[in-house]
Amino acid sequence: MPGLVHVTTTINGNQTDFLCEPRQSLLECLRDVVGMTGSKEGCNDGNCGACTVNLDGRIVCSCLMLGVEAQGAEISTIEGVASADGLHPIQQAFLENAALQCGICTPGFIVAAKSLLENEPDADEARIRHWLAGNLCRCTGYDKIVRAVLDAGEKMRAG
Amino acid sequence: MRAIDYQAPTSLSDAVSIMAQHGDRARALAGGTDILVQLRGGRREIDVLVDTKKIPELNGLNLSDGGLQLGAAVPCYQIYQNQAVAAAYPGLIDAAGMIGSIQIQGRATVGGNLCNAAPSGDTIPPVITLGGEAHINGPNGWRTVATEDFCTGPGRNALEPGELLVAVQIPAPAPNSGTAYLRFIPRNEMDIAVAGVSSTVALDDSGQNFVSARIALASVGPTPILATAAGDSLAGKAVSDDAIAEAGRLASEAATPITDMRGTVRQRHHLVDVLTRRTLNIAIRRARGEE
Repeated sequence: MPGLVHVTTTINGNQTDFLCEPRQSLLECLRDVVGMTGSKEGCNDGNCGACTVNLDGRIVCSCLMLGVEAQGAEISTIEGVASADGLHPIQQAFLENAALQCGICTPGFIVAAKSLLENEPDADEARIRHWLAGNLCRCTGYDKIVRAVLDAGEKMRAG
Repeated sequence: MRAIDYQAPTSLSDAVSIMAQHGDRARALAGGTDILVQLRGGRREIDVLVDTKKIPELNGLNLSDGGLQLGAAVPCYQIYQNQAVAAAYPGLIDAAGMIGSIQIQGRATVGGNLCNAAPSGDTIPPVITLGGEAHINGPNGWRTVATEDFCTGPGRNALEPGELLVAVQIPAPAPNSGTAYLRFIPRNEMDIAVAGVSSTVALDDSGQNFVSARIALASVGPTPILATAAGDSLAGKAVSDDAIAEAGRLASEAATPITDMRGTVRQRHHLVDVLTRRTLNIAIRRARGEE
């Protein structure tokens, strides 16, 4: 059977090499091979968005691609969201708006929301709800999450 | 998922020779949003995934006077982010911007939607009504299949072992034409169509008479369905509520739905009627340049 494949990627700005089996998803590679467990496995079939990462500038479900497909890709994950100076405004807004309870969906929501606000800092509630439709949360009822993203957008616009 | 091999050829000829070597034990990989779930769930068993994202012919999105050449591995977001393509084919954009989530649209492809051959594939009806052709390459060279003949059953397509869907060729829109796709789902987003309808109309210069029309249906039969009689019923007629209602009735007759967890036979026939009338009205407004 096929052996391990050497994959070279950039994760959160750092060149990262890993060895994986071709059958392993990017999510498995991130969590079990690289040891970055911030991205979560919810459904493992593309419905819940808990595994959302940014791949070459687009958000994707890391459970729906193979690790080997990430060869040469630039990936950013939840681990790259906060800076050395502190939390990202979206993370801060999630805390202040109590936009999480169990927290499993939170990394996916934050990575997805960051991608939206970086491209569309003026995104309104309808746009935010549409953009985040691929992220499921069973605790909050979404309202607090949407308010947190609106709040973060306001703070990011203010600089 | 059981162990598989992964190949990422950089030329079409290499890809075809790998596909031919492994026959039905190989499957092309584009966005992966269907095939990886199927492999993980044991619904498909293969030895080799052939990644098509490094093959130039499968990754082109070329708009010209002759129409749109849509590489089979081009993800949905690239289609709707291309302003010239979006302006020329709004009916295709209806569907490409509707599939799954933003995350899914970052990977999923129209070519994959066709190859996966789900009756509910949202991008298939507009590709059919727009007159799309599947360009296929394999060990015996090139061949072309009309997209309405590409899906042969649930999860089954017209590809022979060793063959690869390379691109979908969509003709340039006819003068005074418009296309629209709508689906019914009980939620706002992230769902599979209970029924879906695409309508393409071409009007005369006055915008008051149909020259031709094509209507295609999703989720109401074992494959997407080109409702030929419904479309043909409009040709040569004046645009009117009566003509549109008759097309809705004929489209509903062309549907062969089943009752399942998403909807009943009766509901689906009704939905096809309603969605046909609605998509015809949107397509007419688009043909007239009103939206």
